[in-house]
Amino acid sequence: MTVTPQAAPPPQAAPYPPQAPAHDSWPGLLRAEWTKIRSVRSTIWSLLAFVVVAVGFSALLATVLSNDWNSPSGGVGARVQLHTDPTSTIYGAGFSLGQLALCVLGVLVMTSEYTTGAIRSSLLAVPRRLPMLAAKGAVLAVLDLIASAVTVFAVFFVFTSIISSHISITLGTPGVLRGTIGGILYLTVIGLFAMAIGGLIRHTAGAVSTVIGIVFVAPILLQLIPGTIANHIYGYWPSVAGQLAGQTTEQPGNVLSPWEGLGVFCLWTVAALVACGAVLAHRDA
Amino acid sequence: MTGPPGLIEARELTKRFGDKIAVDHLTFTVAPGRVTGFLGPNGAGKSTTMRLICGLDRPSAGTATIGGLAYRELRRPLRTVGALLEAKAVHPGRSARNHLLVLAQTQGLPASRVDEVLDLVGLRDVAGKRTGGFSLGMGQRLGIAAAMLGDPRVLLLDEPGNGLDPEGIRWVRTFMRQLAAEGRTVFVSSHLMSEMSVLADHLVVIGRGRLIADCPTSEFLQRSSERSVLVRAPDTARLRELVTAGGGTVRDDDGPDRAGGNGAAPALVVTGMDAPRIGELAASERLVLHELTPRLPSLEEAFMELTAGSVEFGQASQQVGSAS
Repeated sequence: MTVTPQAAPPPQAAPYPPQAPAHDSWPGLLRAEWTKIRSVRSTIWSLLAFVVVAVGFSALLATVLSNDWNSPSGGVGARVQLHTDPTSTIYGAGFSLGQLALCVLGVLVMTSEYTTGAIRSSLLAVPRRLPMLAAKGAVLAVLDLIASAVTVFAVFFVFTSIISSHISITLGTPGVLRGTIGGILYLTVIGLFAMAIGGLIRHTAGAVSTVIGIVFVAPILLQLIPGTIANHIYGYWPSVAGQLAGQTTEQPGNVLSPWEGLGVFCLWTVAALVACGAVLAHRDA
Repeated sequence: MTGPPGLIEARELTKRFGDKIAVDHLTFTVAPGRVTGFLGPNGAGKSTTMRLICGLDRPSAGTATIGGLAYRELRRPLRTVGALLEAKAVHPGRSARNHLLVLAQTQGLPASRVDEVLDLVGLRDVAGKRTGGFSLGMGQRLGIAAAMLGDPRVLLLDEPGNGLDPEGIRWVRTFMRQLAAEGRTVFVSSHLMSEMSVLADHLVVIGRGRLIADCPTSEFLQRSSERSVLVRAPDTARLRELVTAGGGTVRDDDGPDRAGGNGAAPALVVTGMDAPRIGELAASERLVLHELTPRLPSLEEAFMELTAGSVEFGQASQQVGSAS
């Protein structure tokens, strides 16, 4: 494909427009970040993967539970947990895997700029790097919040309708609405957490691996270590603490209550974002 | 503190990468209203200097300012400075229009401005296509469109001719001259010295991160090398005797038609004697001359002479013996 230069008269570059007011334009920064995130395909693919995995796995689990409801052997634990902590059961299956897609989206928001070189254009336009990071985080958070809310409620209604002949769980069931909102908030925050890791590491594969290590692998390893110290490290671990927010009620053995857990996870995320901001501000682009 | 609008100033600008100095105490200014060429061999530090001016890299020491302000202090900087840097700076999955729209939105510019600059560089037809499929030349055009987006008074262009076909290069050259004529600051780097000699009014020349020259292009050519005179005469033997006796130095021209093909007389190159004196000497002996041309060294020659020892490559080859 060739483009013939629109050669002949180099155009009259009429002064355009009069010099702008001298302040950062937050609406402009937010609009620009929204244009960035909506104009690449990875965004829609990540969100689609999130919805499909979350709803699909939840529906699968609900169907299996429903079919085996009266079998003495299968799914006893899950059946018990449906009574004691319904939201963890409903959301556990779909979102423990589905959140990976939100993590990838969060990572890509940062790393795609670095791996493609687009960061240079971005920083030429917005040389003050912290406002850019803030705008990026705000746009990602809103997008994740909406996607999570839609998906969480979809999962809830799909799951409860499949299982409804055996057990009735509604948003009015004590603690269920709180656990549902907690789950939505957890999924939103993990996107920001992944974004911060992306900004710190700057390479997609490295950042995604790190996030998987923190969110999925480390908790399993920590659980293998006996003792109260390890138990507390486990309890305060970012993803472990954050996922408490999805519980219907505080469960025995928890180090933290659901809201405390979400608070701890938010602190981890703020720390990661601060580190990301410091690196962004000081490292060469 | 603000300085004259549009003036680029580097003061003692220094950048180290580990123990390697890429930019070494550079001090120069780039004035509005003319094309200033930024010349140096590969690895001389041109791109790093441009990145320092644009705030992408932090200087290890010294300052770079535009109109008295560091780049990071500029609000909506694309309205003041347009930069086309050497490295790729576009997400390949994003369309050209969306790429420019993002930049326009950060500056509070209307979306209609995006179409204006797309027209400017002739990319309107492919505006909706993802830039990953663009050729090198189209990528350069997109970069130029981005640089012109905010109608800036200062333009920094790092090797703008890269990947452009001859027509595109001519277009960019005309465009830069026009921008300078409008009173803008145009700072353009190149390693193509022939390009600079026809394009730049003023030169900033660096080698190995150090300033070698900061002067008008014509002065750079004149002061940098001995001047010579090309003389074409049917009787070169007599001419050679005369000039040598008069204190000049003579050598055969090493140009393509030195032997005097196509019926032309053979040519000599005289140094150490100017053209009027050679003409007078020849006239006094009734010697026929067919040509008498004072020659300026080409920019390449001048450049090689001034940067001798500043070339990364030369340095590397000297170190081959000691390298592992």
